Amino acid sequence: MSVFVDRTSKVIIQGFTGQHATFHAQEAMDHGTQVVGGVTPGKGGGTHLGLPVFNSVAEAVRETGASVSGVFVPPQVAVDSLLEAIEAGIEIAVIIADGVPVQDMVRTKRYLTGRNTTIIGPNSPGIITPGECKVGIMPSHIYSKGRVGVVSRSGTLNYEAVSQMTARGLGQSSCVGIGGDPVNGTDFKTVLEAFENDDETDIVVMIGEIGGQQEVEAAAWAAQYMAKPLVCFVAGVSAPRGRRMGHAGAVISGDSDTAQAKLDAIEALGHHTVRNPAEIGSTVERAISESGIGLAGAARSGA
Amino acid sequence: MNIHEYQAKELLKAYGVPVPPGEVAYSGKAARRVAEDIGGNRWVVKAQVHAGGRGKAGGVRLVNSIDEIRNIADGMIGHRLVTAQTGTEGQLIQRVLIERATKIEREIYLGLVIDRVSQRIVVIASGEGGVDIEQVAEEHPEKIHKEIVDPATGLLDFQCRKLAMAIGLQHRMSPFVKIVNRFYRLFRDKDALQGEINPLVVTEEGDVIALDCKLTFDDNSLFRQGEVAELRDFDEEDPKEVEATGHDLNYIALDGDVGCIVNGAGLAMGTMDAIAHHGGRPANFLDVGGGASPEKIANAFRIVLKDPNVKAILVNIFAGINRCDWIATGVVQASHDQEIDVPVIVRLAGTNVEEGRQILDESQMALIQADDLDDAARKAVEAAGTAPVRVVDDPTADPATEQEGART
Repeated sequence: MSVFVDRTSKVIIQGFTGQHATFHAQEAMDHGTQVVGGVTPGKGGGTHLGLPVFNSVAEAVRETGASVSGVFVPPQVAVDSLLEAIEAGIEIAVIIADGVPVQDMVRTKRYLTGRNTTIIGPNSPGIITPGECKVGIMPSHIYSKGRVGVVSRSGTLNYEAVSQMTARGLGQSSCVGIGGDPVNGTDFKTVLEAFENDDETDIVVMIGEIGGQQEVEAAAWAAQYMAKPLVCFVAGVSAPRGRRMGHAGAVISGDSDTAQAKLDAIEALGHHTVRNPAEIGSTVERAISESGIGLAGAARSGA
Repeated sequence: MNIHEYQAKELLKAYGVPVPPGEVAYSGKAARRVAEDIGGNRWVVKAQVHAGGRGKAGGVRLVNSIDEIRNIADGMIGHRLVTAQTGTEGQLIQRVLIERATKIEREIYLGLVIDRVSQRIVVIASGEGGVDIEQVAEEHPEKIHKEIVDPATGLLDFQCRKLAMAIGLQHRMSPFVKIVNRFYRLFRDKDALQGEINPLVVTEEGDVIALDCKLTFDDNSLFRQGEVAELRDFDEEDPKEVEATGHDLNYIALDGDVGCIVNGAGLAMGTMDAIAHHGGRPANFLDVGGGASPEKIANAFRIVLKDPNVKAILVNIFAGINRCDWIATGVVQASHDQEIDVPVIVRLAGTNVEEGRQILDESQMALIQADDLDDAARKAVEAAGTAPVRVVDDPTADPATEQEGART
C-alpha cells in the first residue's frame, strides 16, 4: 500500500492556477495521480486543466472528497494555506515552498496539536509513490516502482539516490522529501515508522545532511523498533562549521551536528552507512543481498 | 542575517531592556565626544564587527582617561581585527561602540533559540555568563537551564521565575523576569533565529543590564521585517557571496580548488563530499536553485572564476524543476561572456538531458563530460590536480571592468 499516498489518493492543488502549480499538476496527472480539483481564492466556480476550481479548501474537500493537498503557494503565505488545509481536515498536506519563515512553522506545528493532518515539507520536493501518485515537483521519469523506501531532506539528493537505484533495477515503494528547514512538518522518524509498517517496502534509505540530530534520533529509533534494513547517507562531510549550506536547517552548530559525527553514530547503531554520495545505489544493493530480502531479488523493480 | 552589537542594543533599548549608556562612533574624534556626552570616568571602546571573539583579539578596550579614547578608537577604526572567527585576513573595523564602563558583580547568560527537537522557541539561562556557552554546555550541562515556549501562550512569567531561581537570582527576580520577557518579545516580533545576551550582568549598584548582545534574523522573514532588513551591513559579508545573493544564487566560499556549480543545496553538499572522497577540495558551495536560467548559470561561472584558487569547475545538475537544455545554454553563454581558463567538467541528468548534451556537443567548447556523480568528481579532482596556478583580478575591483572580461 506504500506510504502517505497511493493510487486511491484524491489530491487537490492549492494555488492551482499559478504557473508552477499548473505545470506540476499536469505532470502529476500524467503520472497517474488522481488530481480532483484545486483552490485559488477568488477564482472559484471556474475550471482549470479540466478540473473544478474552488474558493476554499473546505469547499474543495466537501465537493471532491479530497484528502491530500499539494500546497503550491509562495513561502510568504504558506502558513495561511497550511492552516486552511488543516482546518478543512486535509490528511496529507505537502508544502513545496522554500523560504517559509521559521517562526511561521513553529506556530503551524503548535496549531497541529490535536489535529490529524500530516504536513510534508516545507522546502520539499514532495512525495511520490511511483506509477500511482505524485504530489510534488520531482522528475517522475527517474522513479520506478519497487520495494525500496526513500526519505530525504534534500530534493536533488533524493533524485541522485533514486537514479542510482533505478539504474540498478532497484525500484521504490515511495519517496518522501521531508524538506531542508529546521522546523518541518514531518521528521525522519515518522517516515521510517510509516515504511516499517508498509507491506510494500523491504528496505529504507534515509538521506540527511548536516545540522540537528534528527537523523541520529531516527536511526536510534530504528535500531530498536525497525526490522527492515536501513541505509543512511548524511551530506556535508566537507561543509564548514557555522555556515548555512543553502538549506535553512543545514548548519553545523556543534560537534555532534557534523555529517561525520552523525554517520559514525548511525553506523554504531548497526545501520548501513554511505560515505560517498555516488555509492548510495551500490550500498542499497549490497544491503539487500546481505539481508537476504525476498528471493531472486524480490526488492527489484517490478515495473 | 546578523547585525552589529550596537544595533542589537538599540533594539533592546526600544524593547525596554536596560543597556549601558553609549553610542556608536565612526572616528576617534566622535568617540571622544560620545564619551564626554555619556559622562563617567571609565569607558569601554568596542570594535563593531560581526565576528565573535573580539575581546581576546584586542577589539574591546577599557579606558580610564578621556584623553585616551580618541587614540584607542583611531587605533581600531580602519584596521582589521583578526579573531578566532574571522580567518587570517580579519575583518575591517569601520566603527566603534563607546559605552560607560559597568561595575560588574555577576555575569549571567541569557539566550533564545529555535530548538530543532521541540520545534519551539527555547529560553536558555545559565549562571555562568561571559564565557562560551557551548563550552559550559559540554563541561557543566547541569548549569544550563531551559524553558520551552508554547507559541499559543507566549513566554509566561512563571517560566522566567523558574529560570531566575535556577541560576540563583531570586534577589533580582523582578528585573530579570522583565528582561527575559522583553527579549523574547523582540525575538518573536522581529523573526529572530538566535539571540543571546552574554553577559547579562548584575551591577554593583544592583541593576540588571545587557552588556553584550548578538542577534541573528531569519532571511526568509525580511520581506515583512523592513526595519531589520535595513540593518544589514554588506561590508561584513564576502563580496562574492553578496553578489551571488543579488543574482539569486546561494554561494559560500571555501578554501579548496575545485569550483562547484550545482542545483539544489543537498546535491551541492553531496557534490562537495564526492570531490572530497576523491581526494580533492571544493572551492565553494554554490546552489543555482530551481528554474535556473542561462543568465544565472553564466553569473555562477563569473562568481566562481573570481576565486583565484579555482583550478577546475564541476557543473553538476540533476534537473527536476530545472531543464538541462537551459543549463547547457548557460554554460555556452558563460564561455562567450568571459574567458574560462580552467577545465570545465559537466554532468547533466534529469529533465531534457539529451537536449542539454546536444547543445554542449555542438558548442565545440573544450568540456569534459561526465556520466555520473562519481565520474564527474573524479575527473574534476584530476583536472584540478594538473592545472597550473591562475592569476585573477582583485575581487573587490570595479565589477564593470570585470564584466569586460578583464581577467588576466
